[in-house]
Amino acid sequence: MRLQYPSNIKVIQLPCSGRVDILHLLKAFEDGADGVYVAGCKEGDCHFLTGNFKARRKVNYVKQVLAALGIEPERIEMFNMSSAEGPRFAQVAREFTQTIQELGPSPVKTAQAA
Amino acid sequence: MIVGDSKPLEEILEMIEGKDKVLVLGCRGCVTVCNVGGEKEVGILATALRIARKKRGLPTSIEERTLERQCDPEYIEELAEAAEGYDAIVSIACGVGPQFVAERFPKVRVFPGINTTFIGGALEHGVWSERCQSCGNCLVHNFGGLCPIARCSKSLMNGPCGGSANKKCEISPEVDCVWHLIVEKMAEMGRLEELERVWPVKNWITSRDGGPRRRVREDLKQ
Repeated sequence: MRLQYPSNIKVIQLPCSGRVDILHLLKAFEDGADGVYVAGCKEGDCHFLTGNFKARRKVNYVKQVLAALGIEPERIEMFNMSSAEGPRFAQVAREFTQTIQELGPSPVKTAQAA
Repeated sequence: MIVGDSKPLEEILEMIEGKDKVLVLGCRGCVTVCNVGGEKEVGILATALRIARKKRGLPTSIEERTLERQCDPEYIEELAEAAEGYDAIVSIACGVGPQFVAERFPKVRVFPGINTTFIGGALEHGVWSERCQSCGNCLVHNFGGLCPIARCSKSLMNGPCGGSANKKCEISPEVDCVWHLIVEKMAEMGRLEELERVWPVKNWITSRDGGPRRRVREDLKQ
């Protein structure tokens, strides 16, 4: 399966989506990421039972922080997919990239460049 | 522990407006345990503040530090060399922290980054409940180990009142009627007759009504 997905996406591997931390997500925005998404296992399929639910709650927390900072909360999302779903991984990557392209560059980055 | 809530980011941003060099100061005491003012939360708040500044193209010298406690002068002293180099210090300890820091460093603007809410305990991870009102005269042993002062909305010593329905307090379906719990617990313990005792009006002089309180232990004083 030689599936193509946008090359601008930087994949950071974690042992479980539950390991993702609010700080990891915020640091990405601090460093100028235009968007961040967490790809966790399907709900109910977590090897550690609730890792993906915890990840979703953290993503929602960061959405609130971004909104308070005047940054579009849509720049962060959580997606669920199985590791056997290569085509879905590529599709989500394309769709999220599309969403972010429509939102434009991160205001953090544009202000720095100006 | 002392439990608090983060202040809205907007409020903190307003506090530090125009102040270039800022320190976000955490505390490893109660506020670390209730996940509002420890090292982790210092990191989150400082990062959020840096993002806000970067977004406006402003300087981002927002530093992070967490003291062992902010309610003991010896730990505040650790800031002695650095404190006056900041335009603002945002303390995310309970209300004691910003006061101790401000008192020690009178030239520095100190802001509270959290709202101190109550003395309580964790019911589960992420849920805290008020358990003590520091009235200064603990009587919980008379009420099956449940505090009618902190947990009854009216702090009734002779309850329940007419607002108790289906085990809940009339103020909210989320709030247990502690008097319902007291009666249940005392019945379970076979001590129901103890509740026939009529308690006179509580002397609030030991509480805040006696003014700000102070505790002195002569044997420990230096």
